[in-house]
Amino acid sequence: MTDTDMANTGGQGSLPPTKGGLPKAGRSRLRRRATSIGGLALSLALTLLGLLLVTFIIGRVMPIDPVLKVVGERATQVQYDAAYQAMGLDRPLWDQFLRYMGEVLRGDFGRSISTGHPVAEDLRRVFPATFELALLGTLIGVCVGVPLGVIAAARRGGWIDQIARVVALVGYSMPIFWLGLMGLLLFYGILGWVGGPGRQGIIFDGMVPTVTGMILIDSLLAGDWGAFRDAFSHIILPASLLGYFSLAYISRMTRSFMLEQLSAEYVTTARVKGLSERRVVWGHAFRNIMVPLITVIALSFGSLLEGSVLTEIVFSWPGIGQYITKALLAGDMNAVLGGTVLIGTCFVALNLLSDILYRVLDPRAK
Amino acid sequence: MTEMTTRAWLLTDAPQTRRQARLGAIYQGWLTFRANRLAMLGLAILLFLLFVAAFAPWLAPQNPFAQNLAERLKPPSAAHWLGTDALGRDILSRLIHGSRVTLFIVGTVALIAPVIGLFVGTVAGFAGGWVDQVLMRITDIFLAFPKLILALAFVAALGPGIGNAVLALAITSWPPYARLARAETLTIRHADYIAAARLQGAGPLRLLIGHVWPLCISSLIVRVALDMAGIILSAAGLGFLGLGAQPPMPEWGAMISDGRTYILDFWWVAAMPGMAIFIVSLAFNLLGDGLRDVLDPKGAKE
Repeated sequence: MTDTDMANTGGQGSLPPTKGGLPKAGRSRLRRRATSIGGLALSLALTLLGLLLVTFIIGRVMPIDPVLKVVGERATQVQYDAAYQAMGLDRPLWDQFLRYMGEVLRGDFGRSISTGHPVAEDLRRVFPATFELALLGTLIGVCVGVPLGVIAAARRGGWIDQIARVVALVGYSMPIFWLGLMGLLLFYGILGWVGGPGRQGIIFDGMVPTVTGMILIDSLLAGDWGAFRDAFSHIILPASLLGYFSLAYISRMTRSFMLEQLSAEYVTTARVKGLSERRVVWGHAFRNIMVPLITVIALSFGSLLEGSVLTEIVFSWPGIGQYITKALLAGDMNAVLGGTVLIGTCFVALNLLSDILYRVLDPRAK
Repeated sequence: MTEMTTRAWLLTDAPQTRRQARLGAIYQGWLTFRANRLAMLGLAILLFLLFVAAFAPWLAPQNPFAQNLAERLKPPSAAHWLGTDALGRDILSRLIHGSRVTLFIVGTVALIAPVIGLFVGTVAGFAGGWVDQVLMRITDIFLAFPKLILALAFVAALGPGIGNAVLALAITSWPPYARLARAETLTIRHADYIAAARLQGAGPLRLLIGHVWPLCISSLIVRVALDMAGIILSAAGLGFLGLGAQPPMPEWGAMISDGRTYILDFWWVAAMPGMAIFIVSLAFNLLGDGLRDVLDPKGAKE
C-alpha cells in the first residue's frame, strides 16, 4: 500500500475514500502511461533502480563506520586501510554503486555481521515465515472483509453498515503491536486458547522437514497432524490480527466500489426486470468490482508483508521483520538493506502483478 | 452587535466586503462541522490533549522520571491511578508528559511533509515537461517503497532518536501530498485568473506562491488531518522498536515496549499507553472525516 500507510500494519491512518486514492490517482496515471506490458517492465526497472539507489545512499550516509565493524576497534591503521580498500570504499561513488547493483542482481547482499551467514541465505530462511503469516492474514481479511463490505453497501445505513464502519475506524486507529500484546494477554495468558509466541512449541521444533519453509504446509506434506495443529495454534492469533487490519481496509474499499456499482443504471435495469436483490448484488454488481478488488487485495497483501514487522516483534515470529529489526539494533547494515530491498521488490512485484491482472481481466483496459 | 445580528451578518447572501465573505464561508464550514457529532468528539479530545500537553507539569501528579523501586509494578490504585511501571514511575504522569512528545512528533511531521509535497507537486504541475517527469518519477519511486521499512532504514542510517524519527517519517510521507498538489495544480494551471495574473506581469514564483498554493491548501489540510492518525501510529511503532524517543523520555510507544516483558502479570504497564495512542489516533480520524465533509465536499459523499 504505497500510497496509503497501512504503516502500522500497516495501513492505518485515514479512512478509505481518500486513502483509497490508490487505484484512482496513482496507479491509473501510471497505467495510462505505460500502455503495454513492455512499458510496465520499463517503469518496474526504473523503480527498482530507484530502490537500489536509495538503499545505497542510506548505506553510505550512515554514521557507523562499516570498516570498523569488520576489523574491530583495535585494528592498526594498516589493517584498517587494507580493509577499506578490500571493501571498495576508496573507489568513486558511482563505481561503488555499479558494483552494489551488480551484487544485488546476482542475489548477493553481503555477509550479515550479526548472524555470520550471507544475508541472502538468512533471507531465504526467514522470508517464508513472514510470507505464511501475511498470506493467512490476507486470506482472513478477504474472507471476512469482502462479504462485510458488500453487505454494508447493499444495506446502506443498516446495522451491518454501522458495524463495518466502526470496525474500520477502530482498525485505522489501533496500534497493531498493542493489540497483539492484548491478544496475547487474553487468548494465551488468560484463556489459554492459542499457542504463545513463536512459530512452534519447543517439542515440535525442527521435527518437520523443511520443504517450503512454511510450517503449515510442510507439516501437511509430512502428514504430521500434531505439528500442524501446534503450528496453527501459534499462527492463528498473529494472522487474525493482521487479518483484522487488512479487513478494515478491504471492507471499506469493497463498500465504496459496491456503492458506485449499485447506483449504476444497469443495476436499476436488473431490478426493474424483477431480479432478486441477491442476484442483483452478487450476480451483477459484485462481478463488476472483482477486478479493482484484486488490485486492493494485492496491495493489502504487500502492506501486510511490511506491517508484519511490528507483529513479528510482539509474537517473537522469526520472520523478516524481526530479522531486520534485530540487525538494525546491532548496526548490521548489510542485513537491513538486504531485507529492505527484498520487501521493496515484493511491493513493486505486487504492484506490477495487480497491473497485469487488471489488464488481463478488465476488457475495458485493452 | 448582538448575537443574532452577528450571525445574520455572517450568513448573509450578499457580503459587503471581502472579509465578510471570507468569515461567512468559515462560519458556514463551522456549522457543517458542528453538525457532525463524532467529529466534534474528535475535536474535543484533541483540544483536551493540547490542554494536557500545555499544562503537563501542573497536571501530572508526580514527577514522570522519579523512580521508586519500592512501588514498582503496582496496579492502578488511589495513589497511582494508572499504576506504576517497572521502575516504580507513575504511569499517569508519564502519559501526561508523553502527550508533549506525541504532539511534537505529529506536529513536526505534519508541518514538514505537506510542505515538501506542496513544493514538489506544484512545481511539477506548474512547470510541466521534463521537470514534471523527473519529479513525478522520484515521487513514484518513493511511493513504491514500503513506508515503515524505509523509515526503519533511514533511522538505522541516521541513528535512533526522536529527531531522526521525525525526519524519517517526514521523508517517507511526503509523496502522497506531492501527488495531490500536482493534481490540483494541473486543474488550475490554465484557469483564466492565472492567465490574468500573468498578463499583469506576475512571474512564475509569484503565480505559484500567490495564486496556486492557496488553492491547494484546503485539500492538503484534509489529507493531513486524515494522515495524522497514521503518523501517530508509525511514530509509536518506531518508539516501540526502540528507534524513536530514547529512555527515559516518556514516549507512548516506548512505554508499551517497556511493558511488553510484564504483559502476562502486570498488564496495565503496556495497556495504558496503548489506550492513549488509540484514543488520540481515533480522535484524529474522526476530526479528519469531519474536516473532509467541510473542506472537500466532493470526496465526502461516498
